[in-house]
Amino acid sequence: MGIDKETVKYVANLARIELRDEELKRLSEQLKQIIDFIDKLKLLDIKDVEPTSHILPMSNVLRDDQPRESLPISKTLECAPAKEENFFLVPKVIE
Amino acid sequence: MELNTLTIEVLRDKLKKKEITAPDILNSLYKRIKEVDKKINAYVRVKDLKPGNDQFFTFNPQLPLGGIPVSVKDNICTEGYNTECCSKILAGFKPPYDATVIKKLKEAGAIILEIKTNMDEFAFGSSTENSCFGTTANPWNINYVAGGSSGGSAASVAADEAIVALGSDTGGSIRQPASFCGVVGLKPTYGRVSRYGLIAFASSLDQIGPITKDVRDCAIIMKIISGYDPYDSTSVNLEVPDYPKVLGMDIKGIKIAVPKEYFVEGIDPEVKKIIQEAIEQLRELGAQIKEVCLPHTEYAVAVYYIIATAEASSNLARFDGVQYGFRFSNSELNLIQMYKKTRGAGFGQEAKRRIILGTFALSYGYYEAYYLRALKVRTLIKKDFDEVFKDCDCIVTPTSPTPAFKIGEKIDDPLKMYLSDIYTISANLAGIPAISIPCGFTKDGLPVGLQILAKAFNEEILFRVAYAYEQATPWHKMKPRL
Amino acid sequence: MTEYEAVIGLEVHVQLKTKTKAFCGCSTEFGKEPNTQVCPICLGFPGVLPVLNRTALDYAIKVALALNCKIHSPTKFDRKNYFYPDLPKNYQISQYDLPLSYDGFLDIDLDGKDKHIRIRRVHLEEDAGKLIHKESTSLVDFNRAGIPLLEIVSEPDINSPEEAYQYLVTLKSIIQYLDVSDCDMEKGSLRCDANISLRKKNTIEFGTKIELKNMNSFKAVKDALTYEIERQKSLLSKNKAIVQETRFWDTKELKTFPMRTKEEAMDYRYFPDPDLPMFIITQEKIQQIRESIPELPREKIQRFIKDYGLSLYVAKILVSSKKDADFAESCLKAYPNKDKKTLVNWLIGPLLQEANTRGCGLADLGITPQGLNELLGFVEKELISNLVAKSVLTEIIEKHKSAATIIQEGNLIQISDTESLEKIAKKVIQENPRSVQDYKGGKNNAIMFLVGQVMKKSQGKANPKIAQELLKRLLNE
Repeated sequence: MGIDKETVKYVANLARIELRDEELKRLSEQLKQIIDFIDKLKLLDIKDVEPTSHILPMSNVLRDDQPRESLPISKTLECAPAKEENFFLVPKVIE
Repeated sequence: MELNTLTIEVLRDKLKKKEITAPDILNSLYKRIKEVDKKINAYVRVKDLKPGNDQFFTFNPQLPLGGIPVSVKDNICTEGYNTECCSKILAGFKPPYDATVIKKLKEAGAIILEIKTNMDEFAFGSSTENSCFGTTANPWNINYVAGGSSGGSAASVAADEAIVALGSDTGGSIRQPASFCGVVGLKPTYGRVSRYGLIAFASSLDQIGPITKDVRDCAIIMKIISGYDPYDSTSVNLEVPDYPKVLGMDIKGIKIAVPKEYFVEGIDPEVKKIIQEAIEQLRELGAQIKEVCLPHTEYAVAVYYIIATAEASSNLARFDGVQYGFRFSNSELNLIQMYKKTRGAGFGQEAKRRIILGTFALSYGYYEAYYLRALKVRTLIKKDFDEVFKDCDCIVTPTSPTPAFKIGEKIDDPLKMYLSDIYTISANLAGIPAISIPCGFTKDGLPVGLQILAKAFNEEILFRVAYAYEQATPWHKMKPRL
Repeated sequence: MTEYEAVIGLEVHVQLKTKTKAFCGCSTEFGKEPNTQVCPICLGFPGVLPVLNRTALDYAIKVALALNCKIHSPTKFDRKNYFYPDLPKNYQISQYDLPLSYDGFLDIDLDGKDKHIRIRRVHLEEDAGKLIHKESTSLVDFNRAGIPLLEIVSEPDINSPEEAYQYLVTLKSIIQYLDVSDCDMEKGSLRCDANISLRKKNTIEFGTKIELKNMNSFKAVKDALTYEIERQKSLLSKNKAIVQETRFWDTKELKTFPMRTKEEAMDYRYFPDPDLPMFIITQEKIQQIRESIPELPREKIQRFIKDYGLSLYVAKILVSSKKDADFAESCLKAYPNKDKKTLVNWLIGPLLQEANTRGCGLADLGITPQGLNELLGFVEKELISNLVAKSVLTEIIEKHKSAATIIQEGNLIQISDTESLEKIAKKVIQENPRSVQDYKGGKNNAIMFLVGQVMKKSQGKANPKIAQELLKRLLNE
């Protein structure tokens, strides 16, 4: 297992990032080096170890179903790169 | 003494005695910024600042921070003030809300500066070289980096361009620049300070914390910004101790652990010597020093760069040119092309590198081998600390294996850069609090930081030990010549 | 010819009718101006964090229990990562490997025979926003983004479009009984996708699976499945392969068409959401919610049959909504006679008719069980005819008056005294010699015409039974 140029291409597409050819080349090399370093984790025996996705032993943090004020439309759309009436505007979504 | 060089307690005293006014403090800061920030680049968007926005605050001298200006890292949301994470992709973003820490500071009377402090784009970096606004220089030697990612916050405090500043710490981003710049920086226990309004890098590791001129200011700010926040499911509902109260308590009999893994290969000999002297100093102050093991230390960087980048890849997916920030515009583009060009042009190199690494770690076929494995090793790292804290009150280590490095020295070698966080990352993975305080200078005149770590929610012991050390040493009084 | 069997699984999404969204305090009200029910949190602005709505979790548990599911505790939320402009964060907070609940079932009724449909999982997630497609651009409205959504996934135990239809009807009525969703497909508070494949009868192996989307009513689900079965059968009979794909139901053409395929395979990169600590659902909590579940339609039907002697047909009509069922039961309880036939005939006859004309339920007509009993009392004592009673009912509903008042004011009591009726009857006999002749000539039906005439002359107030007897007596004299 490792990371090659094709994998980087696939992953960059998943992440919706356009890479120029020289970027792709450089990134692939750098990521390979980084992954090789990270692969040292494979030396560890983790068979009976539980994963930690939350460091605090917390649970059941809940909020009451009480309405709070929404944003005024001017604030919602204030920083929008493109808008039409009260909507955000995007290029057509191909279906 | 210029007001910009003073600490909160001294300034508060002068304000109360009506020797000075709040605008006097702000003006002295702005004057200093005007004088030195061209060299340091601690603040961003300084040019755009229309003076006075933040001066309209009326302040109540009765409040604990009444009249005290606070400088804020560019990834903490300030309502109406640009918050761009020093990234092109967030150009022009003005949050419609205040981060909880900002709200708390305002309620305590603080004045929030409109200009924000420089940082590595989205906090991705250890040198503040990855900012779309240029590199922040180290006030002690402007050819050296200030550290990162909160380099602007640390440099602004060190250069007396700020009274206090807020930073964020995901793998050392408060402590490492504090150490490089010779100031105090604290990463609180995960869950101690609300993350609401901190633009997320890695949600399970991020914490906001203070960067200050001394330990007392750090304790004062921590008391204000800590505590449960109903807007953050990961903030903990525990009473906030009166941190400044513990300052001055002696440290006789306190058990301090020194992990041997932090003094092996990779550590700069000068740093090693300075840290050993600091440990001796602590012993003289009455602490019991004990050597311990943190056996999984060497895996921390690898674990970190999987977990942090995986979370980041998801957290940064929202920057897509739809609702705010930069959009690559061209009427010919379809949606997917717009996404790709916006993100391709809007993110800098390090951001792209980390997003792609993190996406890889979560992608089909690699999840178990990388992400899940990293979560399991994280468990082992946490257990190492649990073991040590069974019979020790705190741990001391160097904050960084080296003093500040030269600008440009590591920028083309990401792995080398990542390894400069080797001593700070474990605290984030284990969720425990850690402080960095100045503990000496190299022959070249660069500061060295001492890191103290404690059990979760035990910031008090950090303040106690840090303050005792600070009072016995001259380092915090040193000022860079600019 | 090979016989095929359809193998169908349904994926239903139901919006929960909490006051606020799943992870923020924005209102969930339907039909508001675009982008006015949004805040930094549901817009996914930089720096925001989610906090789960307690009621959304309770409602989800309630549905899971009503569908006989087991509860996972702890349960957690995961991020489902994909880019789409209706998804503000470009990830959806959903549940992956520890869904709230799993392994349930739903029994559906097929012409009196039960069928057991297993439910794979019920989990909680957040809804996306809405896109409006224009010629060269799309508009985004985030009002819907973040509304709590339940995903209910069945096992592929459904074998015909009719079964799919019954499954949906049954599921909807249960959820409505629980009062946790409107289940209104027109408003999008219930949505359904289907998976369908064909396999040779009496074999185990599945055929190639087709995913069906864009069905906006239960009927559309049925029609789309029917169409798809025929399409696949015809392909198979020509030995043509079925391509695994997603097809959408075209409501105008009444055909399914392939969605233009997204070239890449979906790689959602699920991982536990670090912003949301896990949720532990205790036995006490489960018990507490279980106790809050009302009697569900199936049990209620059985009980109505047993307790009130109703037929299955009648019981099904009366329990179709919980409110109506409760109303019907109050009426049944308040009704003094042991034989409930008259009452039942009125409930599923005139009352249901009135409700249908008004587009409301029985319970919304504004008539109380007592009011209905009062009216039926007049009918049973033969003080008014059925015909008059129906118009009285309309008046009760429209004018909110009691039956007694309306009858009194309108002087509607039946004429039962022979003296006054005899006068009218004699007049009718005089005026209708033809019918009189017919009757005398052996045409017994002719008497009904004469009774009708008496009714007419008395403005409906004559007691028809007495009138008939009277006429017979007079004609036989």
